[in-house]
Amino acid sequence: MSASNLIQDLINGILLGGLYALIAVGYTMVYGILRLINFAHGDILMMGVYFAFYFISAFTMPWWLGFIVGIVGAGALGFMVERVAYRPLRNAPRISSLITAIGMSFFLESLAVVVFGGIPKSFNLYPKFFSRILIIGHTRIQVLTFFILGVTLLLMLALVWLLYKTKIGIAMRAISVDIPTTSLMGANVDNIISLTFIIGSMLAATSGIMWAMRYPQVQPYMGFVPGLKAFIAAVIGGIGSVPGALVGGFLLGMVEILIVGLFPNLAGYRDAFAYVILIVLLMFRPSGIFKVYSEQKV
Amino acid sequence: MKRISVRTNFILTTIFVIGSGFFLLFADNTFGDYWSRIITLIAIYAIMAVSYTLVNGVTGIFSLGHAGFIAVGAYTAALLTLPIQQKAMSFFIEPLIWPLNSIQIGFLPATIIGGIVAAFFAFIVGYPSLRLTGDYFAIATLAFGEIIRIVIQNSYSITNGALGLKGIPPYTTVWWSWGWLLVTIIVIGSLKFSSYGRALRALSEDTVAARAMGINVFKHQLTAFVVSGFFAGIGGALYAHWLTTIDPRPTSLGIMLTFYVLIMIVLGGLGSISGAVLGAIFFAIAAQWLRIVESPMNFFGITIPGIPGMSMLIFATVFILIMLFWRRGVMGKKELSWQYLYNLFLKKVGDQD
Repeated sequence: MSASNLIQDLINGILLGGLYALIAVGYTMVYGILRLINFAHGDILMMGVYFAFYFISAFTMPWWLGFIVGIVGAGALGFMVERVAYRPLRNAPRISSLITAIGMSFFLESLAVVVFGGIPKSFNLYPKFFSRILIIGHTRIQVLTFFILGVTLLLMLALVWLLYKTKIGIAMRAISVDIPTTSLMGANVDNIISLTFIIGSMLAATSGIMWAMRYPQVQPYMGFVPGLKAFIAAVIGGIGSVPGALVGGFLLGMVEILIVGLFPNLAGYRDAFAYVILIVLLMFRPSGIFKVYSEQKV
Repeated sequence: MKRISVRTNFILTTIFVIGSGFFLLFADNTFGDYWSRIITLIAIYAIMAVSYTLVNGVTGIFSLGHAGFIAVGAYTAALLTLPIQQKAMSFFIEPLIWPLNSIQIGFLPATIIGGIVAAFFAFIVGYPSLRLTGDYFAIATLAFGEIIRIVIQNSYSITNGALGLKGIPPYTTVWWSWGWLLVTIIVIGSLKFSSYGRALRALSEDTVAARAMGINVFKHQLTAFVVSGFFAGIGGALYAHWLTTIDPRPTSLGIMLTFYVLIMIVLGGLGSISGAVLGAIFFAIAAQWLRIVESPMNFFGITIPGIPGMSMLIFATVFILIMLFWRRGVMGKKELSWQYLYNLFLKKVGDQD
């Protein structure tokens, strides 16, 4: 493999990793608080992309406004999903909420098939200069790449600021350690959980829209595989830890792209790598890179 | 409370099984091909659901890899019964590897081998995964199921890859599928009510307490998982010879199928064998009935176009509503027994235990 190919792969890896990382944050925050794998997370992402798609193409909104509306719409959807499906089951056995989450994922996918149609649509609703190609040295890079990288980094910084420098962030981190004590300290647990879902869903939708720009199409099942991969990224980093999710996302994206780059004849097995990594990790180091404290209560 | 004796129970059950046999004979001959196919499908779904409920309901571990074992059974059996000329025709990208390309065996041995291979895969998947608990186990089995699907999709010289297998002989009749369902219910039923099954139920309630009572948790769970995998493979073999065409898309033998079986057992009540059968009956019939909403309707002279995907949306909605408001499902953890029916219909007011 030549040097320019390697650089190209590294850039693609960072890009894909950033997209995974943004989705993984939602998983890890929800899991940290509720110990729930939010299977519907990837499908909320898909709905966000559809919202953006239809607001731009049907209501002739400018692209950036359509994107913002789609992201806000996904946030509202995340809020509703938590309110309708997860909150009533908060004190039920954990398996029940897991099954409900699977049902919710299935529901959103079917809803998208019914409302938006099952046929993939081409997503090319952004200005042409994004697809212009810059040649740096021997590497060809799309302008879109810089845009996605910029947005990803900006959102991550904003998230870290929110979690570690604001009162809301302190409340979120406190809830993930101990819900009853946090509520005794005067934090409104329900509101904080809702907010967690909203932030997670909006980040996922942002990632989804950039995903749709890069692999330009939108279809009802587009959220499933990225969602599952992002969950794996969250496990790699140590589920429950936000920095872990970010690192895990980048690692997973990089590994996927590099393996395919180094062994092109394994390209068909690309999706299987992530699953193998997940299984090996769960066997030998389930707490992930950033060891997350967990205990089994008797 | 009046107890129904073992002898009465046995006689009633025998009469019920023979009666159902006559009903199937009658239904198979009079309702036409279309309904024969649906009745066959009901039993196939029921086999998948009963084997799934052994893990997800009785044992209380939550697997999401069931479709993987179904796919293994389906592919194994189909590769064994496919006529040799058909194999030569289908495998045009890469020829089929040696022993498989020159053998063709009967349906019964092929089904059993399909079950055994699926059980072997269940062992390979279960052995490492069962160290995990709760949702980690669920996600690990989901990953294993997807790996199985991706491997099937990419090994062109064994499974014909994404092209799938075509022209599988349509061997699955009402008799094969209901016969295998009877075997499944007898095996898994006696498993559930043996001392072994009591151990399983104990550890599903409280793993730590069960371990303290001297139950080897890992061994029990692994056995349940392998037995479940075996019957999933049988179900898959029957399903392949019912469909006659199989391919590794997620919507056919992938995660979607796991969802469907999950709907059946949640509806019937997690942990109940009879509930799983009822859930399968309901699912198969409702799926046919809901085809109405997906085809164009003529409603007082106004033609309403059919809405594709609507039936799945209705299933998903029902599924969530069940989880929110009716979590025990039709049967809960109970079984539909003669005693249960007696208590339900014939028990007099004031008739105390």
